[in-house]
Amino acid sequence: MKLLRELLFPLIAVAAAFLVGGVLVALVGDSPLRTYELLIGSALTWPDGIGYTLFYATPLIFTGLAVAVAFRCGLLNIGAEGQLYIAAFVTAWVGITCAGWSAWLLVPLCFLTATLSGAVWGAIPGVLKARFGAHEVITTIMLNFVAVALASYFTQYHYKPPGDPILETVPIGEGAHIARLGRFIPGFPERIPLNLAFPLALLVSLLVYLFLWRTRWGYEIRATGASPAAAEYGGISTGRQIVLAMAVSGGLAGMVAINEVMGYRYRYYDSFSAGYGFTGIAVALLGRNHPVGVILSSLLFGALLRGGLFVDIFTENVSKDLVQVLQAIIILFVAAEAMFRGPFARWAKRV
Amino acid sequence: MLELRDITKRFGDVLANDRVSLTVAPGTIHAIVGENGAGKSTAMRIAYGFYAADSGEVVVDGQARRLASPHDAIASGIGMVHQHFMLVETMTVAENIVLGIEPGSPLALDLNGAAARVRALSKEFGLEIDPAARVETLSVGQQQRVELLKALYREARLLILDEPTAVLAPQAVTDLFRILRGMRAQGKTIVIVAHKLSEVLEISDEVTVMRDGRVVGHRRTAETNATELARLMVGRDVLLRVVKPEAKPGGAVLSVRELSLKDAEGGRRLDGVSFEVRAGEILGVAGVEGNGQTELIETLAGLVDRRSLTGAITLGGTDVAVLSARGRKERGIAHVPEDRQRRGLVLDFNLAENAILGVDERPPIAIGPGRSWLDREATSRRAKKIVEAFDVRPPDLSLPARSLSGGNQQKLILGREFELPPKLLLIAQPTRGVDIGAIEFIHRRLVELRDSGCAILLVSSELDEVTALADRLLVMRRGKIVAEVDPARTSIEAIGLLMTGGEAAA
Amino acid sequence: MSENPILALLFSAIRLATPLLLAALGGLFSERSGVINIGLEGLMLAGAFTAAVTTHYSGNPWVGLLAAILAGIGVALIHAVACIRYRADQVVSGTAINILFLGVPALLSGAMFASTGATPQIPKEQLLPYAPIILAFALVPATWWVLNRTPFGLRLRAVGENPEAADTAGVNVARIRYAGVLLSGALAAIGGAYLSIGQSSLFTRNMTAGRGFIALAALIFGKWRPVQTMLACLLFGVAEALSIQMQGVSQIPVQFIQIIPYVLTIVVLAGFIGHSRAPRALGLPYQKKR
Repeated sequence: MKLLRELLFPLIAVAAAFLVGGVLVALVGDSPLRTYELLIGSALTWPDGIGYTLFYATPLIFTGLAVAVAFRCGLLNIGAEGQLYIAAFVTAWVGITCAGWSAWLLVPLCFLTATLSGAVWGAIPGVLKARFGAHEVITTIMLNFVAVALASYFTQYHYKPPGDPILETVPIGEGAHIARLGRFIPGFPERIPLNLAFPLALLVSLLVYLFLWRTRWGYEIRATGASPAAAEYGGISTGRQIVLAMAVSGGLAGMVAINEVMGYRYRYYDSFSAGYGFTGIAVALLGRNHPVGVILSSLLFGALLRGGLFVDIFTENVSKDLVQVLQAIIILFVAAEAMFRGPFARWAKRV
Repeated sequence: MLELRDITKRFGDVLANDRVSLTVAPGTIHAIVGENGAGKSTAMRIAYGFYAADSGEVVVDGQARRLASPHDAIASGIGMVHQHFMLVETMTVAENIVLGIEPGSPLALDLNGAAARVRALSKEFGLEIDPAARVETLSVGQQQRVELLKALYREARLLILDEPTAVLAPQAVTDLFRILRGMRAQGKTIVIVAHKLSEVLEISDEVTVMRDGRVVGHRRTAETNATELARLMVGRDVLLRVVKPEAKPGGAVLSVRELSLKDAEGGRRLDGVSFEVRAGEILGVAGVEGNGQTELIETLAGLVDRRSLTGAITLGGTDVAVLSARGRKERGIAHVPEDRQRRGLVLDFNLAENAILGVDERPPIAIGPGRSWLDREATSRRAKKIVEAFDVRPPDLSLPARSLSGGNQQKLILGREFELPPKLLLIAQPTRGVDIGAIEFIHRRLVELRDSGCAILLVSSELDEVTALADRLLVMRRGKIVAEVDPARTSIEAIGLLMTGGEAAA
Repeated sequence: MSENPILALLFSAIRLATPLLLAALGGLFSERSGVINIGLEGLMLAGAFTAAVTTHYSGNPWVGLLAAILAGIGVALIHAVACIRYRADQVVSGTAINILFLGVPALLSGAMFASTGATPQIPKEQLLPYAPIILAFALVPATWWVLNRTPFGLRLRAVGENPEAADTAGVNVARIRYAGVLLSGALAAIGGAYLSIGQSSLFTRNMTAGRGFIALAALIFGKWRPVQTMLACLLFGVAEALSIQMQGVSQIPVQFIQIIPYVLTIVVLAGFIGHSRAPRALGLPYQKKR
């Protein structure tokens, strides 16, 4: 029964959001049914629909895990966006600077770089909160702006190919590339950017599960989030857990760089993120801050991102921003789940 | 003047008031007594309109009233002073008093008029207070006066006071009683909810006794005595002594020297406290709540900021004041906290995860490199052992701690702490909110632990409990230890006197 | 008459501080009543968008301003209902509002003007360059008065510090909190409107660029008090004014100048939050206790 309840609330939230979204679509003059048909339909075709859905889901799994881990410690990490930008730039930098190195060395090095740089950028607001009580929501958002600005600066003045109008860096070395899944799956073209980062994301999800529920560190993080007073009583240093949780969170967000820089664009590309950091919040909330839920939510939002592009092109008035709107509504409904609890409890009694 | 007729109120599964009927005559001081949880506060909150009764009537001046909110009660002339003050600390006395019935226009508060009226009222009833003072600067006794003034300002004719003496020092209690008598002389009616019989006998004209949500008796104070009231409150002749074998104390385990704790305003929560607890004995600490007992336990457990502490704490000769809470647990100092739901358990975690709170970084629970992996088997084993040994029900390890009753939660915590195993057990309010069956179980286990050689420091505001269990008894007042007595040979009255500032019994 | 650079900087700072001040004062009313309002950013965007669109269609900026206020109240109502009635996590709800208004304006704008990036330009005569500035600074003493010298303000403060005390005194906690949140919506929306029909002449996606959060930082820096918050906003205004001036002349890369306000916010939060005392009941949904 409990499992049913855990699944039901997110589903209700999604359904409610689609309802409201449908109203908005009608408001701008398009047909909700046709729009949704396009939205979902374009995400399910083979190979492109599913391929791109999984490709978009990959960064969302990482940021969703990032936000989920932070939530488990009672923290709201809005800084996943900044963390992934920093990680992406630094990873590209390593890929450029060590361009001649062999893949055996470079790939693990870049993995490590992505994770560590994200972790450092995440630890900063963690320390500010633990030491000074600075609210992580504001500090992380400020750091987002700083991150984008820094990456942009370095790209523009130091790493841009001369004469190139787009704000991007020179390509990274071949040794830092990771393979696209098209190479391993018959009938799946390599032009689709779905790459090894996807199975990596699934593996990382498992690791996060083990971390949170089977290690001492995860236990202490969860205790701090569930009851700081009891955690303190149990000898846990809440300050340290906050920094740890934010560092882990940042590190997870940083892994987006693996998908983006090593598996897709092979360089740092300014403003590459389609709001992955913010979507990660919706993903985590909808997924009840649990790795399995995060994977499922990521698939949903990945599909929406894919579908959103089609909706943008093929409808009269609706743009891909609809997806962002749906996201926000889902967050609202999930946050206000007390709204559904009353009617659900009554329904459950009758069943 | 006030009558409750067949008031019934249920909170979830608990029947807080069961057809409660009582009458308060005008111009009297009427006490309502009963143990914790007897339903006294609930009944009075219904009279004040804070809750709505499920059935029954509230009759004021002969007319049945529908009290949908405190507003209606105030309009009917009823005022209430709550046990935990309802004051906004950052606002002034005058602002607090007029909150809700502000004089002046919507665009401009008439604070001067308010202050003038407050001054007049304080003079009339002997309640000295400065209307412009910020509440956070006032003493507890003074804050209570603000609460009284709130009711008087609203022209209350009947004042309900909920446990007014619970946090007052003895001199403040005397002042309060003087004020109450003055009010009675002025024609006010007063209802006091209390559970301290000595005070009830001193100040009231009539007494109503409640037990388990029902009214079990009503007497004129002059015609009754403490024993009769106690018997009505508890339902059986109060057994003042629990049968326990003689203690055989060994060497000193805990030694505390000149322990002092300063709070943010420079006041001393602990003032030069020194004592020893020996192996195989229970040292009890009695005192009115708020006199430093909580701080004492938390300090010894390592949960207090070391920078505000001076003095020495040694365990078996080693200095433990430098150790963190975790370090102290490792040395064998167990702690059953007063606030079990906030401190003692992570309510959202299941029983197994709660069973390892505090020991999660030690083998056999933590294994592997860096002791980072949690051994599930070992965790289950430990949890199962605790749950069986302490009869925690229901014994389902996957249930969240939140779903257990108070008694079972406490047994879980005790089991966990007993499992350390402890050299010293710090325990506060062991049976607060715990049902009778669990109380006896817990008492028995404490005595067993003592007899196995552990030193126990027991704080309890239930005098019966602490005098029954303790082998030696300390009395605390204002952060100091004011006396050490032999509980087997000292009367409850003498101890109560020490707690409230009287002389030590000869 | 030669340009006095300090005076020019000051005027610039005042202009730049205005949207911050409006949003911050709005946040003040919400937070003093105990409801965290992280959604100031989204509310500002809502106001900015509504003002731009309405002014474009009506030709009258005052109508645009009014529409913005109504929009702000409407959006704030969502936050209020979620947090007060359904006891949602206030920070999450505010974040949802922010994300919502990254998307909604673009969606509607795309439908109305076939451009998701910006709304049509509004002619100069239909702008309100000065009125919001005067309004913002006039609101500072007004806010002080309301907070400290009116019954409403007294109740608001009580509800934010000790809602149980207010409840037992007969104050309707929920109603006061609704008022605080709706006020914050109105004021933040005016702040946003100033951005689109005062400081510039159209709405662009995400034009607030974090100002809602900076306003929140100013509020915390200003210890939730009107005059101090105003000073904090002026400080941020000076920082932004300086950064704009420097962009034209200095050798320093533009990105470093751009981040000055954001870094300043972090420094402020880290350096001063310890001394600042938030309303005691801030962030805690109120539920009648047993």
